[in-house]
Amino acid sequence: MITLTHYMALSALLLAISVAGIFINRKNVILLLMCVELLLLAVNFNFIALSRFMGDATGQVFVFFILTVAAAESAIGLAILVVIFRTRRSINVQDLDVLRG
Amino acid sequence: MSSGIYLAIVLCPLAAALLAGMAGRLIGRAGAHSVTIAAVGASFAMSLMVLREQLDPAAVPLNQEIYTWLVTDGVRMQVGFLVDRLTALMMTVVTFVSLMVHIYTIGYMHDDPGYQRFFSHISLFTFAMLMLVMSNNFMQLYFGWEAVGLVSYLLIGFWYKRPTAIFANLKAFLVNRVGDFGLLLGIATLLAYTGSLDYQEVFAQAASLQGQQMEIFPGSPWSVATIACLGLFVGAMAKSAQMPLHVWLPDSMEGPTPISALIHAATMVTAGVFLLARMSPLFELSQTALSVVLVVGATTALLTGFIGIVQNDIKRVVAYSTLSQLGYMTAALGASAYAAGIFHLMTHAFFKALLFLAAGSVIVAMHHEQDIRKMGGLRRYMPVTYWTSLMGSLALIGFPGFSGFFSKDALIEAVGLSELPFAGFAYYCLMAGVLVTAVYSFRMFFLVFHGKERMDEETRHHLHESPWVITVPLVLLAIPSVAIGWLAIEPLLFGSYFDGAIVVNEDHNVLAELGREFHGSGQFVLHGMLGWPVLLSMFGVGLAWYAYLRNPAFPENVRRRLASVHALLVNKYYLDDLNDKVIARGARGLGSLFWKIGDALLIDGAMVNGSARTLGWIAGYMRRGQTGYLYHYAFAMIVSLAALLAWIIFRGS
Amino acid sequence: MITLLIFWWLALVLVGAAIGVIVSRNPVYAAMYLILSFVTSAVLWLLLEAEFLAIVLVLVYVGAVMVLFLFVVMMLDVNVAAVREGFTRYAPIGAAVAVIIVAEVLSLVWIKASGLPLATPLASQGGDHSNTREIGLALFGGHVFEFEVAAFVLLLAIVAAIMLTQRQRPGLKVQDISAQVKVRREDRVRIVKVQAERDA
Repeated sequence: MITLTHYMALSALLLAISVAGIFINRKNVILLLMCVELLLLAVNFNFIALSRFMGDATGQVFVFFILTVAAAESAIGLAILVVIFRTRRSINVQDLDVLRG
Repeated sequence: MSSGIYLAIVLCPLAAALLAGMAGRLIGRAGAHSVTIAAVGASFAMSLMVLREQLDPAAVPLNQEIYTWLVTDGVRMQVGFLVDRLTALMMTVVTFVSLMVHIYTIGYMHDDPGYQRFFSHISLFTFAMLMLVMSNNFMQLYFGWEAVGLVSYLLIGFWYKRPTAIFANLKAFLVNRVGDFGLLLGIATLLAYTGSLDYQEVFAQAASLQGQQMEIFPGSPWSVATIACLGLFVGAMAKSAQMPLHVWLPDSMEGPTPISALIHAATMVTAGVFLLARMSPLFELSQTALSVVLVVGATTALLTGFIGIVQNDIKRVVAYSTLSQLGYMTAALGASAYAAGIFHLMTHAFFKALLFLAAGSVIVAMHHEQDIRKMGGLRRYMPVTYWTSLMGSLALIGFPGFSGFFSKDALIEAVGLSELPFAGFAYYCLMAGVLVTAVYSFRMFFLVFHGKERMDEETRHHLHESPWVITVPLVLLAIPSVAIGWLAIEPLLFGSYFDGAIVVNEDHNVLAELGREFHGSGQFVLHGMLGWPVLLSMFGVGLAWYAYLRNPAFPENVRRRLASVHALLVNKYYLDDLNDKVIARGARGLGSLFWKIGDALLIDGAMVNGSARTLGWIAGYMRRGQTGYLYHYAFAMIVSLAALLAWIIFRGS
Repeated sequence: MITLLIFWWLALVLVGAAIGVIVSRNPVYAAMYLILSFVTSAVLWLLLEAEFLAIVLVLVYVGAVMVLFLFVVMMLDVNVAAVREGFTRYAPIGAAVAVIIVAEVLSLVWIKASGLPLATPLASQGGDHSNTREIGLALFGGHVFEFEVAAFVLLLAIVAAIMLTQRQRPGLKVQDISAQVKVRREDRVRIVKVQAERDA
C-alpha cells in the first residue's frame, strides 16, 4: 500500500533535483525560475501528503496559498525578465551585477 | 520711601545703556550722551535721597526681594536689594563718580567714532556696579561681579584695533577668571554649609561655621569659615588687584582715560574691598583669613608703590598708585578696621578719579602723549588742571587737612593697634608706603607741571586749558577730595554710621580703641601733624622736589648705583614673566599633552576614527560577499538552509 | 496493489521529468518537461484523493503559468550557448548540496519526528466525501482573511506585471481618450467670415 514514506521520499527527491538544478543552471534566469517552481512543487507534495495522512485539511489550504503566491511570483519574475531583456538584450545572470558591493 | 526708587536707581542706567547701545545711530551723539547722563544723574539724585534717609538715626536697613528667579532643592536664587548705610554710601560714590566721568567723556571722547558705544558701556557699567553693591544675596553679587568684569573687558579693549589693547583686555579677563573661581568656591562653600545664598541667612548661621571643619587635603582640617573667607578673598584679590593678581590693572590703562578713572580707580576695583566689608560677619570669625588679608594688603601697598616710582607713563603712575591705595584699604579690612577701609575707599574714589581725569586732561592737551619725561612746565598753560591735580596729589599723600589724610592716617593707626599675627609687619609696610606714595606722586606732579618744558615746539604751540566739560568735573571732584574728610571721619569711623552693616568682633575692634582718643576733626589734624605718616610724606615730597627739580642728575645717579633694584622694579618683580613663561606656558603644555593623548589619540584616534575605520575595514571585507550575482545569493540561501537543518538536527533533543 | 504500481510508475515519470527540466539544453524543452512533471504531480495528488488541488494545479500551472513561461521563452532571443556555460563544472557541487539537504530532511523526518504515521496505509475517504467542500470549509471557515490577502497578492501581481512590461513606443499613433473627452467646441470649430461674392 502507499504510505506517507513513499510520498515524502518522492518529495525529498524532487527537492534534491531542484536544488541541484539551481546549481547547474545558475546562469539562466528562466531555468532558475523553473527550478523554483519545481522546489515549490516538492513542498506542496509534503503538505498534501501530510494533510491527508494526518486528516487535517489545513495543509491543503496552505498548498492553495502557495500556489497563489507562486503564480504571482512567476508572473512578476517573468515580467522583470522581459524588462531586463529589453534593456540589456541578455538574460545572462553574469551580466546582472548592478548590485555589486 | 517706596521700594520702586531702588529699582529705578538700578534700571535707569540699564535703560540708558540699552538705548545708547542699540539705537545709538538713531539718537546720535548728543542723544547718546544726554540720555546716559540724564539716567546716571537721576540715579545719583535718588542715591542721595537714599543716603539722606539712611542717615536718619531711626532708619532701618531695607532688605527686600524683588523677583525670584528660580528655586531648586530649597535654594532660592533671587534678585533683591539690601540697602543699609554701607550700600547707600557706595551707591552715592559710584553714581557720583560715574556722573562726573560721563560729563568728562563728552570732552575726552569728542572725536572718537565709538562715541555712543562708549556711553552705552559706561552706563552699563554703572548698572552692573549698582547691582553688585545693592545685592542682598550671593547670586546677584556674582552677577554684578561678572558684569563689571565683562564691561571692564569691553572697555579696556575699547580701541579694539590696537593689539596692545586686545592683549590687555584678555589679560584682565583671564586674571579675573582666577579670582572669580575663588569667589565661586567661597560662595559654594557657604551654600554647601548653610544651604542659602541670602546674606542675612548666611550671616545668621555664621557662628556655626566657625566650629565646623572640612578637610581639603586629607589630614589637615580647616575651619569652614576660613575656607569660605579665603575663597571670597581670592575673588576680591583679583577684582581689587592685590598681589599677585594685580598684573591686569596697569595694563588696563590701554583703555580710554575716563574708563581708567571710573573703573580702574574709583569703582570696580573697590568691589573687592566692598565685598570684604560686606562679609565682615564672616571674616570676623577667622583670624587666619584676616591675617592673610592684612599681609596681602600691606605687601601690595608697599611693593606696587615702588613700581610707581620708576614708571614714565602718566597713566601707569596713577595706576600703580591705585594698586598701592587698594593695598591700604585691604590692609585696613584685614585689621578689622572695615570702616576705615570703606572711608579710604570713598576718599580715594574722589581724589583718584580726580587725578585720572586730570591726567586725561593733560593727555588731551599733549595730543595723546603720555610720557611724563616729555612734559614739564604745564602749570602756565593749564591752571585749572594744575590746581586740581595739586589738590588730588596732596589728598593722595595724606597732607593734613585733605581727605586722604583723614582716611589714611586713621587707617594706619588702626593697623598699628591690631594684634593679629603679622600686624607689625603690615604696619611698617604701610608706614614705608607713605613715603613711597609721596615720592611717586610728586615726582609725577613736578615732572608734569614744573621744571623745564621738554615737549616739542609743535605741541607747545597748541597747549591750552581743556574745555569746560573736562574742567568742571575736575573742580567738582576736587571739592570732596579736599573737604569730605572733615565731615565724614567722625560719623564713619567712630560714630554709629556702620552699625548693623558691619560687624566687628570686640576682641579686635581697633577703631573703637582709636575712637577713645578722638576729640573732633581739628584735634585729629593737629595730632596728625606731628605723627610719623605726615613727617614721612613731607620728607617724600622734599625728596621728589630735590631729585626732580633741584638736582635732576640725582635720580640718574641713584639708578646707576642700584641698577639691579631698578631692573627689578621696571620689570614689575618679573611677575608678568612668571605668568607668561611658567604658568601660561605650563598650562598650555599640560593642555597640549591632554589634547594629544586624551583627545587626539584616545578619543579621536581610537574611539571616533578608530571605530569608523574598523567598521570600514570590516565592511571592506563584507562587500566582497556582495557580488551582485543572483546565483551567489541563491547559493548562500541554500547553504544557509542546510546549515539551519544541521543545527536543528544536532542541537540535541 | 494496483495503486502502488501506478504510484511507482508516476513517481518514475515525475523524477525523470524533473531531471529533464534541469538538464535540458533548450528552455522550451525544459518548460515542456516542467509541464509533464506538473501533470504527473496532479495525478499523484489524485491518488491522495486531493482532487481539488490536483485540478487547480493543472488549470493554474499548466494552463496559465507554464503558457506564460513558454511565451517568454519563445519571445526572448536567448543565447543558449552562453547561458549553458559552466554547466558541468557545477554539477558535482550541486549534487553534493542536494544530497546533504535530502539527507538532513530525511533524518529529521525519521529520527526527530517519530510521531508521524509513516507506515500507516492511506485510508480511503469514501465515495461521498467531497475534497472541495473540505477545503472550502477550511478556507472560508478560519482563513478568510488570508484568502482575501491572497486575492490581493494576485491583483498586485497583475498590476505589477503590466506596469513592468508596458512601454511607450515613440511614433505610435494611439487614441488619447481623455483628450477626446475633454475637447471643447472652440478647439475644433473656427467661424470664418467670408465675404459674399459680389456681382461685378
